[in-house]
Amino acid sequence: MSVNYGSKRTVVGAHYGLRDWLAQRGTAVIMTIFTIALLAQVIFSRGEIGYDLWAGIFASQWMKGLTFATLISLAWHVWVGMRNVWMDYAQPIVLRLTLQVLTLAWLAACTAWGFQVLWRM
Amino acid sequence: MTELAKKRQQYRNIHPIADLPSYRMPAAAWTSILHRISGVIMFVLLPFIVWMLDRSLSSEISYDAFTAVFRAGIGFVPGWFFKLMVLALIWSYLHHFVAGLRHLWMDLSHSAVNKKFGRNSALTTIVIAVVLTVVLGAKLFGLY
Repeated sequence: MSVNYGSKRTVVGAHYGLRDWLAQRGTAVIMTIFTIALLAQVIFSRGEIGYDLWAGIFASQWMKGLTFATLISLAWHVWVGMRNVWMDYAQPIVLRLTLQVLTLAWLAACTAWGFQVLWRM
Repeated sequence: MTELAKKRQQYRNIHPIADLPSYRMPAAAWTSILHRISGVIMFVLLPFIVWMLDRSLSSEISYDAFTAVFRAGIGFVPGWFFKLMVLALIWSYLHHFVAGLRHLWMDLSHSAVNKKFGRNSALTTIVIAVVLTVVLGAKLFGLY
């Protein structure tokens, strides 16, 4: 039997796994709704796809709210995915924890930038 | 475990470089690893995605500058390179999305979890993603 307890405990961040498994599916559903909403507005628009149409799509409060939810969903969804990748391929603890922290920083920065873009206009 | 139990060989960590070339991967395996690869590609290009959102939404001027990037490029990076990155994102998103739907289908339907469905749905996923990528990519590169 492998020793995976006490001082030999493998710290991967996955715990029991059910919450993140469900979170990936839930966040995927939210992002799908956003994709459909965005595609529908672009496809069924009249006239040329220019700045006015594009910015107009993101101007309404409900679209901003949906996009906000999508950005947060994306962050969680990506975190679970990348955590799994590091867990599978990065065995040395120092390497894996470093990559995880960098991943979180990367995601936090991108998400914050997304909020910034959304509420600038 | 008793003290007398023999030390059995343990297969712990994955050694991709050493082991992978010796495996024959069925269609489902390809779909799965491409699902992972497409996810990582999108993760790496995430700042580029947010940058595109930023430039396209900020103002009319930045929008025009944004569309110009795909023609004229920025600095020494040519326009077609940006289009290539977008093409990679298109394929990544399509494959990841369709493979994700496949996951959800198999989560929800017990009868879908069998070898035949596994193979057929895997092939369908790969084909749909590639075909749509070609269609959208042709539009992106101005072929129609």
